[in-house]
Amino acid sequence: MSNNGFEPKIVGFLCNWCTYTAADTAGVSRMEQPPNVDIVRVMCSGRIEPVFILKAFAEGADGVIVSGCHPPGDCHYSNGNFKTFRRMPLVEALLAQYGIPKERFYWGWISGAEAPKWAKLVRDFTQKMRDLGPLNWKSQIASKED
Amino acid sequence: MPQNGKLKLALYWAASCGGCEITMVELREKLLIVDQVADILFWPVAVDAKYKDVEAMPDKHIDVCLFNGAIRTSENEHLAHLLRKKSKVLVAFGSCANEGCIPGLANLFDRQSIFACAYVEAPSVDNPNKVVPQQTTKMPEGEIHIPKFYNTVKTLRQVEDVDYFLPGCPPQPPQVWAVIEAILAGNLPPKGSVVGANEKTVCDECKHTREEKRIKKFYRIHEIIPDSTKCLLDQGLICAGPATRGGCGALCTKVDIPCRGCYGAPPHVIDQGAALLSAVSSVVDTNTEQEAARIVGEIADPIGTFYRFSLPASLLHRARLP
Repeated sequence: MSNNGFEPKIVGFLCNWCTYTAADTAGVSRMEQPPNVDIVRVMCSGRIEPVFILKAFAEGADGVIVSGCHPPGDCHYSNGNFKTFRRMPLVEALLAQYGIPKERFYWGWISGAEAPKWAKLVRDFTQKMRDLGPLNWKSQIASKED
Repeated sequence: MPQNGKLKLALYWAASCGGCEITMVELREKLLIVDQVADILFWPVAVDAKYKDVEAMPDKHIDVCLFNGAIRTSENEHLAHLLRKKSKVLVAFGSCANEGCIPGLANLFDRQSIFACAYVEAPSVDNPNKVVPQQTTKMPEGEIHIPKFYNTVKTLRQVEDVDYFLPGCPPQPPQVWAVIEAILAGNLPPKGSVVGANEKTVCDECKHTREEKRIKKFYRIHEIIPDSTKCLLDQGLICAGPATRGGCGALCTKVDIPCRGCYGAPPHVIDQGAALLSAVSSVVDTNTEQEAARIVGEIADPIGTFYRFSLPASLLHRARLP
């Protein structure tokens, strides 16, 4: 542990068919991963509204993960993940303008067969958040707000 | 209704442009009716009453206060608290009081950088001693004070309890008149309601024909002359209609100017900018990641585009302070 023992809070929005399955497999297979990611299972990554991500940060997340099925062919609904890759670059740009660095927001693709990839993402991303330290959006705004 | 049958009315402007006052004047001859049925106790732009006159009123003396403007300074906040105390009904009037509006875009910066830009760095400024406003200044005659300029612009709701929300930049005169009539008739909806607007989006009032949206390229308004019959968003102009409450009568799209979002978020939407971002980006017409990133990457200023009127009311309120 670095950064005075700080343990980040990470919210992961995962699609039911691919990344959630990978996360489930990673857990069942007892792959090593820190317990910092709170997973929200959604039916499709195309169902993840940008407001979910903003709300996670506003309410105290230090990092957010969005992950679904690999495009173009893996989506259970054939093209739900197309909506994801149209939206997320803009969400990334929006967060940067808010002053939330790109490192705190991961979006990408992990299929149901890629459990080790999920476990590695959780390890790496959590470590990155530990190094970056707390985001603490609410108190950051409140403490300097005058 | 008070004993003499006349409504006791107050109007105030906090951080705003004065457009909301123009809306009142745009009531035209109906303003004379307002004068017949109401005593205007306080209205800095038109009536000579001072803050101390308001302070001298008993609590809840004013029947209705129409409060426009955002909370930018300690003076704005003081008046918000004072008018809340003195008014039975407090109405957040106009986009600034509701969502922060254009002054709210200052939440991308802080006090220091705003002062530096406005008083030192702007090309038209001649200020060799780099003087910026100080709250307290010593003069030979004594100390003088000006209100504190906050780091963050807030909405009226964020500092005081608000009874009704009347959106718009500015609210459209017929809508304002309808609300005044409802007040006079004692026919107001439950506390906390949005008044003078609709329950659907601007698209619902817009005359342009909507087809399935496919956007290959985003344009700024000076770059193309749009087809006046087709949906402006379909043509690549970023129109805030799908994420904006109706009530204006789609005035802007009527003249082929895309909606900018001044009536705020529609019902059940908690963050107008996020809703608009989602609506606009998900219809980009491409099936490859690189192409999608390139097309949405052309939107240079996402906050200024999607939160033009609602940054202080957004979930994150402001850009992170340094």
